[in-house]
Order: sequence, then structure tokens, then C-alpha cells
Amino acid sequence: MSNGVAARAKLGRLEPAAIAGIMSREVANFRTYWKGTTFSSVLEPIVYLLAFGLGLSATLVDEVNGVPYIEFVGTGMVATAVIFSSALPAMFGTFVKHRFQNTYDAILAAPVDVEELVTAEMLWIALRSGTYGCVPLLVTIGFGLDPAWGMLLVPFFCFTTALGFAGFGIAMAATVAKIDQFNYVTALFVTPLFLVAGTFFPIEGLPEGFQVIAQVNPLHQLVELVRGGAFGFEAVDIARFAFLVGFALLTWRVAIARMQKRLID
Amino acid sequence: MASAIALRGVVKRFGPITAVDGLDLEVPEGICLGLLGPNGAGKSTTMRLLTGQAIADEGELRVLDHELPGDAKAARAEMGVVPQLDNLDVDVTVEDNLAIFARLYRVPDVGAAVDKALDLARLRERRRDAVDELSGGMRRRLLLARGLVHEPRVVLLDEPTVGLDPQIRTQLWTLIDDLRSHGTTILMSTHYIEEAERLADEVAVVNKGKVIARATPAELIEMHAGTHTAEVYGPPERLTEVRAIAEGQGLAVRPAGPAIAIVGSERAVDSAVPDDAVIRAASLEDVFVLLTGEEAE
Repeated sequence: MSNGVAARAKLGRLEPAAIAGIMSREVANFRTYWKGTTFSSVLEPIVYLLAFGLGLSATLVDEVNGVPYIEFVGTGMVATAVIFSSALPAMFGTFVKHRFQNTYDAILAAPVDVEELVTAEMLWIALRSGTYGCVPLLVTIGFGLDPAWGMLLVPFFCFTTALGFAGFGIAMAATVAKIDQFNYVTALFVTPLFLVAGTFFPIEGLPEGFQVIAQVNPLHQLVELVRGGAFGFEAVDIARFAFLVGFALLTWRVAIARMQKRLID
Repeated sequence: MASAIALRGVVKRFGPITAVDGLDLEVPEGICLGLLGPNGAGKSTTMRLLTGQAIADEGELRVLDHELPGDAKAARAEMGVVPQLDNLDVDVTVEDNLAIFARLYRVPDVGAAVDKALDLARLRERRRDAVDELSGGMRRRLLLARGLVHEPRVVLLDEPTVGLDPQIRTQLWTLIDDLRSHGTTILMSTHYIEEAERLADEVAVVNKGKVIARATPAELIEMHAGTHTAEVYGPPERLTEVRAIAEGQGLAVRPAGPAIAIVGSERAVDSAVPDDAVIRAASLEDVFVLLTGEEAE
């Protein structure tokens, strides 16, 4: 007699038990490598703030739009932390689990479908990225940024943005044929998005074409929302957050469709 | 006896290649059916069709009254799958590997299920060790235990001992035999003759995506290979001559490494079987090679 509860009930879509089961696998693996990830997540913003914030503000830029440059960069770096801790792990992690470790073959032999698999992977990456994304903000507070109540919303902004980039990364992993093709994805999408997000300089200084790109860049919306949390929100921030939700929904469905095609013969 | 697994007219194509070509297969509840075939016969594709990881182009598939692929998720809940490739989480502990799958199968008492699976795999003392600290045999036992952590009614074993050394293979055979004796329905793909002979109640010989023969191992031997096989050794010219005489009498002859094997040699007349031939009981290997034209492993 089967011991599984699922054996006796009609199984539905997006079951919390399936999603929690997959995430428990991620947690078990994360326990084996969290120290290295945490170390680099804390050290990187410190290095960036020392190099860009203190270095540039001491020599070239004192402040941007009335904000001390180190605080401008520090708040912007939240977006950098989010994209690098969501899109890249989603791309490489998914590819490795599918192609080299055959992890998804094992999971999909259980009562789990591709929709649940992708959803769980996105949620886990977003939870992790949402947490690590806040580290640059905390480091910047250490460098003199005044805490503000609006900053309490930053983890949610990071989580939502990371969901979108996790979906993007998973969709890319389900599309490329070889792991080195991620170089194209990084060069064509990740790096440009990172550079036109308004992290290190205001996008108003960019040529008009780049400004248009920045407006549809989820990272730019995140940068503005984080700065809103630190220095005061504007009405347009509601639209920015809605944009991030839409981005997450879009990449979620695209990632599921791509993975369905890749995983089911 | 009710069928645990039923496939009728199943076809699966990958571009120009037809991996499964009109497969009909019934597995009654409580038996171990060996799916014996050469590499590329369609065994692994059949396994993937049964887990819903491949969708058939034609035909009907049912597992425990669940129609596939529509109801594949419910079918998977009652199935255990032991894959050909080791896909354990190597950095994670033995017990966590089991617990993760107990959760995926919605087992109510995860701790108890993990303990039971650890006992089955004889890994209780290694429960807190990372998988990459285990020997190859332990990892295969763990892989088997992971597929059984929810006590499934049907177990799919996809080449369960492929690439393993004989000692580990014997350990796994003991575990699989225990499972069979407890009444679990097993569908086991293999290309090892000895594995099918030892474990399977019935063997379906598969070639080019079809079942070409099916019976108990003893019946298959009797039907296709008679009672005795004569192995003849010697230089190629002599083997050619012996083969011609045997085939002239309507006997089946197959290559057997450096020798030739005259199958059903008890039916030979006059000097078709040389005096120095080694006479042995006919085997499933004889059947396999005769039916598929492939060398056995």
C-alpha cells in the first residue's frame, strides 16, 4: 500500500506541498554553501562602496541630485546585488541541475509537474536574492546613510525583482544548448541592464535612447524604488512596483513554457 | 489478475527515429517483469513515458487505473522510480536526500519513512554523512531506497545495476528480490541477461521499440532455444564449416565470443555437433541473441 497522501487524492496544480518539497531540497543544499555566498555578498558591496563611493566622491563627484554620492551608489547597488544573485544562479543552476546532475529527472519522477518545479525554483532564488539584496543597503547605513521606515519595503521590492530575473534566467537555461552560450546572454542582457539601471550615475545624463531602455529596465525601477524607500517615495513608485510584478508574471509563464519544452519529450 | 501497467499500441518518435514502435505491454499486479533488450531498444523511453516525462505520439497508457499523460501526476504518486543515472544530491546528507523525496511524495510521517528507507538501504549509521562520502554500492542502495521511501505500489527500475561491479550488483539484487517477495509490482529494464534471469517472474524481450517475445525465463528458453546448446571452438574455417552443417539441419547458430553456439543442439543429427563441443543447458542469453541479433552482456 502506497504511503503517499497524494496517492489517494486528485492532485491539483501548484500544490504547496510540491513547492515546499522542492524548496526543502534547495534549503538542504544551501546549508552546505551558505558561508561562501554570504561572505561574498557582504564583502562585494563594501569593496564597491570603498572604490566608487569613497573614491569617486573624494575626487570627482560630491553628490547626485542632493544625495551624497556614496549613498547614491549604495542604494543603487541593491539592484546590482539582486540581478547577480538571481539571474546568474537561475541560469547556471538550472542548466547544471538539468544537464549535468539530472536533478529534474528525479524530481519530475515524483508527483511534481514542471509548473511547480519552476515556481519553486523561482521562489527560492527570489527569497535568497531578496535577502542578500538588502545587504548593500545595510552596508551603506554603516557608511552613514540614515535609516528610514520606507527601507522596510526594500526586501519586498528585491524579492519581486528577483522573481522576474529568476524566471528570466530559468527561461534562458531552458533555451541555450551549451553552457558557454550564457556568455551571449550576459553580454546582451545582464550587463547592459546592470549598466543602465542608474546605479552609478543618474540615467538623465545618458543619451535619449538609453533613457528609453532604462524606463523598461526592471533594475532601474528597483533602483528608484530603493531610493524612494531611503529618501522618500513618489506616486510614480506604485507604477514602478506594478511594472516589477508584471515582469515577474511574464517571466514566470515564459520560464514554465520553456522548461516544459526542455524537460518533457 | 488486474494490470498495474498497461500499454497498447504506444508509439514515440524523436524526429526521424521511432524509439517505441507500437508497444503492447501489460504488467499484472505483484509480478516483476523484466524488460530485456539491447541498447536503443526503447526501454528507457518506455520508462519515461510511464512517468509522464515523455508523451506518446500514439497509443494508450495506464498505470494503476490512471490514464497517462493526463493523470500522470497521480500515477507518479503511487510509483517509485529508480533511475539509471545517479542523481542524488551529493553535498547533502543521506537522510536529507530521503527526506526531500518523502516530502515530494507527501508522506505524512517523513521521519518514520526516512528511518525505514535507511534500514532498507542498510545506511542507518551513515545517515548524517554527505552522499559524496559514500561508496558506489552505498549510493546505489540509497538511490533504490529513495525510490521506495513512500512505499509505492509500482516500482520502475531503469537499468538498476548498469555499470556496477559484480559485488554491488549482487547486493542490489538481494534488495530487489526482497521487494518482489513483498508483492510490489516491478517493471525492470535491463540489458543484463543474468539480472533478468534472477529477478524477473516474466521477461519481455524488446527490440526496435516492440515486444518480440514474452514468457517466464524457462518458457522463453524452451520455446526459442530448446534444452541444450553446443559451443564449438576452433579456427574460423572450422567454425564456418560446422555452422554450415548445423544450419543445413535447420538449427540456429549464433556467435558466442571466440566460439559459435548451436542452439537446440539436442535436435542435431549425425555429426552436426562435433565430439569436442561443449554441451551446456540452453540459456536466456541464447534466446536474447537469437531474437535480437545482438551480443548479450
